[in-house]
Amino acid sequence: MIEIQHLQKTFPTSDGAFTALDDVNLTIRDGDIFGIVGMSGAGKSTLVRCINLLERPTSGHVVIDGEDMTALSPKALREKRRSISMIFQQFNLLMQRTCLDNICFPMEIAGVPKAKARLRARELLETVGLPDKADAYPAQLSGGQKQRIAIARALASNPKVLLCDEATSALDPTTTRSILRLIQDINKRLGITVIVITHEMAVVEEICSHVAVLEHGQVMETGTVEEVFSNPRSEAGRRLVFPDGVSLDQFPVARVVRVVFNGGSSYEPLIASLAIDCGVKVNILGADTRNIDGKAFGSMLLGLPQDNTEAAKAMNYLKSCHDVTVEEVQDYHG
Amino acid sequence: MDKFIANLTDALSNSALWAEFRAGIWETLYSTIVATFVACILGLVLGVLLVVGEKDGVRPLPAPVMRVLNFVINILRSVPFLILMLMVLPLSALLLGTSIGTLASIPPLIIASAPFVARLVETSLREVDKGVIEAAQSMGCSPFQIIWKVILPESKPSLIAGATTAFITILSYGAMAGAIGGGGLGKIAINYGYYKYNYAVMLIAVIFIVILVQIFQSLGTWLAVRSNKQLTRTRRRKKRKSK
Repeated sequence: MIEIQHLQKTFPTSDGAFTALDDVNLTIRDGDIFGIVGMSGAGKSTLVRCINLLERPTSGHVVIDGEDMTALSPKALREKRRSISMIFQQFNLLMQRTCLDNICFPMEIAGVPKAKARLRARELLETVGLPDKADAYPAQLSGGQKQRIAIARALASNPKVLLCDEATSALDPTTTRSILRLIQDINKRLGITVIVITHEMAVVEEICSHVAVLEHGQVMETGTVEEVFSNPRSEAGRRLVFPDGVSLDQFPVARVVRVVFNGGSSYEPLIASLAIDCGVKVNILGADTRNIDGKAFGSMLLGLPQDNTEAAKAMNYLKSCHDVTVEEVQDYHG
Repeated sequence: MDKFIANLTDALSNSALWAEFRAGIWETLYSTIVATFVACILGLVLGVLLVVGEKDGVRPLPAPVMRVLNFVINILRSVPFLILMLMVLPLSALLLGTSIGTLASIPPLIIASAPFVARLVETSLREVDKGVIEAAQSMGCSPFQIIWKVILPESKPSLIAGATTAFITILSYGAMAGAIGGGGLGKIAINYGYYKYNYAVMLIAVIFIVILVQIFQSLGTWLAVRSNKQLTRTRRRKKRKSK
């Protein structure tokens, strides 16, 4: 378990101290894939660097499995870091070493005998799907392949925690997906706790179980991905979940309702059923829904018919639906 | 002009002169190689200290130590070589028992070029990606391991290129040393060209120096490019062509 307690980090700048992290409290359970999401400049990278103390917090504690990282001696900290691996946006491979030697590097540092390290490195190349790249140099690989080698290197020390700092931000969408699959697979098979730092909600949606939304160095909200996606409570959360907002276009309607999907089956055609079962035609003014593991999340703005009885019928129908909440939008200016 | 041609034909057929050239080339080579070797070791140590010792370096050193180090390097670099050489000659006399000859020119060459090499090394080491160093730290590397296993190997191609530059600079310093009793091709050029107005011999000595520079520069560039695994094969070929 990773407990982040009252974490504070300020950087001295020419015009006063800049607060990068402001009283951050988080608990990350073993085996979770925990997303930390926020816009650039929110303090995500500083936060993840405070976890393995690449950045020393100004105050507060980072407790990993009962051990306070901030209290460790330099030597004990180096020892502890071997159980917390990290991958980066720019991969940070050693450019003058072959892939195999890159993967051997953490073992070399830890004093693992060379023959044993090479054997394990070859296994890890298999794990990340690049068994034929042992003797290639990083410059000869694509971005996705480099990140796979970086992941193999990160796994070489048998870590308990994997920190991913914008690990897919330099990759194209297809490669991103395949790297995320690999990380998910590693989490499931090896039970490694994964902390994913990203500015992309899509990444969180793809693999995370829990998420914390960070803004101006503060945690605005935290919860399971389902909770935060279905009903973001903070302004920052809403902005991230619905980046374009739910657009209110011009429609000649009297009443507008917001329908929020809380994870019902995405295969149930709600609007079509409404039309068939009640004979009421509603106008879709805007929608932002997404499918997470076959469940529908998000919200939809519906314009109800002018006729009061028809509108009421539609409201009742919607209210009776499972996993859907309905609320009337008062401040809608059509 | 007639005198030049007469000198030239004379020089080309004078076997005693050619023996002198052979000795000169040998003296130049060995003083340059020895001085470069020692200067590179000293410069490497100083350069590493300059980079890892700064405030947010891998192994910060006390600020006063860094200030003194920078000050001494700057002082040694700002004294013109010929003057520094004169100042250091007593040291040669003390160490080697003589302040004249090829051997005596080696200590001043080292002292004059080590700070220069230190700055070259500093530049090379700073080129190492901060992210790679951070990655090494995140794996639990000690400062010494980062220097030895990350910073130095990652900057190896650049260090080789720097050593080449150092070699050529020391070669030209060595030629200058000919003016104040040093040996080698520089001495021949100055003795014949400056004191005896025999420009033909001076020209030949200079041509030999140019050839030496060309050979060592090509060799150094070739080694630097070959050792750089960051360049893919096609880019390597292009880079070699452009040099």
